[in-house]
Amino acid sequence: MAISIKSLSVSRGSIKLLQGLDIELKSGHAGILRGPNGVGKTTLLRTLAGLQPVDSGKIEVPLEDICYFGHTDGVKPTLTVRENLEFWANIFGSPSIEEVAKKFMIIDLLNIRAGTLSAGQKRRVGLARLGLTGCPVWLLDEPTVSLDETSVKIFGNIIKDHLSENGCALVATHIDLGLENSAQIIDLSQYRPNSGELSSSDEGFL
Amino acid sequence: MITLILRDLRIAVRAGGGFGLSLAFFFIIVIFFPFSIGPNLDLLSKVAPGTLWMGALLACLLSLERIFALDFEDGTLDLLATSPIPLEGVVIAKAFVHWLTTGLPLILLTPFLGVLLGLQTSGIIFLITSLIFGTPALSIIGTFGAALTVGIKRGGLLLSILVLPLYIPTLIFGAEAARRGSEGFEMQTSILLLLGVTLLSWAILPFAAASVLRINLR
Repeated sequence: MAISIKSLSVSRGSIKLLQGLDIELKSGHAGILRGPNGVGKTTLLRTLAGLQPVDSGKIEVPLEDICYFGHTDGVKPTLTVRENLEFWANIFGSPSIEEVAKKFMIIDLLNIRAGTLSAGQKRRVGLARLGLTGCPVWLLDEPTVSLDETSVKIFGNIIKDHLSENGCALVATHIDLGLENSAQIIDLSQYRPNSGELSSSDEGFL
Repeated sequence: MITLILRDLRIAVRAGGGFGLSLAFFFIIVIFFPFSIGPNLDLLSKVAPGTLWMGALLACLLSLERIFALDFEDGTLDLLATSPIPLEGVVIAKAFVHWLTTGLPLILLTPFLGVLLGLQTSGIIFLITSLIFGTPALSIIGTFGAALTVGIKRGGLLLSILVLPLYIPTLIFGAEAARRGSEGFEMQTSILLLLGVTLLSWAILPFAAASVLRINLR
């Protein structure tokens, strides 16, 4: 079992977002989080990554297995793409960045300063970090923002490769990654707390 | 951690990294000082240790906000918090880089500015000793302050207000040691107390800063 969540409740600030959430994901499988804006997708992923405390319930994933990818890329504009990747490679102790760079189609960009890249290219550099960590569990928060169609397809395939190597991914996304046939789709709106405090708006983020 | 130190050093010396800004600021403050109190060399050499200490402190303050703000904005801090490096290690690395890019250059610049203010050679040596023992405390205390204000937009002023009172012991003992040294008195007590403050802050504040960061990242 790669991700196991039992009757989890999370909140953002003082507002309860999710209640009684159960997710079981075996390794080699992906879960796709769905739900309207503000339902708690980001909050759930940040909680799993250990950035936020759990209200109640249980998460059974070792934190060191988790690689979190948030809204922001964490790419330093004044460093070159190679320096950015080498930094994360050193942190996670993975040997070569060339292979990963090829996989994410940024091999031609390695010696360019990251600040001069387009938004989509930058996102690919950010995503390449996933390949460097060697962590089995990927938590992805809207990973395809500003990627073009081809890149989305390629990224979908990268996730599939990762799954076939016994990895596991939990993805919050609104678009089709090509995983939908095999993935477990989790609609978060059914886990809203009953109090109705958060009925139909973005209040959770205000 | 060494990786992080090297990366931050590299960022600091690249364009817009802010390296040299606080150095220039320190330089300007100390050069302007004789303009404001007149060319009386006796008076100048008397206030020189205090002036240089005050200048170092203000220059240090100038660069504190950058310690975490940039990493927070582009999401690197989230990623570092979820990476195998403990957050305490991140704090230590950041504080060390801050000292390398601010404290150390200030110390290296001090002999020239000391001459400018009419300090004797022996006085300069004591001043440098006190700065070597004292400036690391400025960096780690400042890093703690930066961790406290990390999520706040334009929190620079708040940061100064929070951090400056915490600098008081370092300033008192540091300037006192430098003053006593330059006037030929025994300075051991002040230096030991200064070193004590520095070691204590390096022992405690990384943990405090890391837990504050965890709260601010929620």
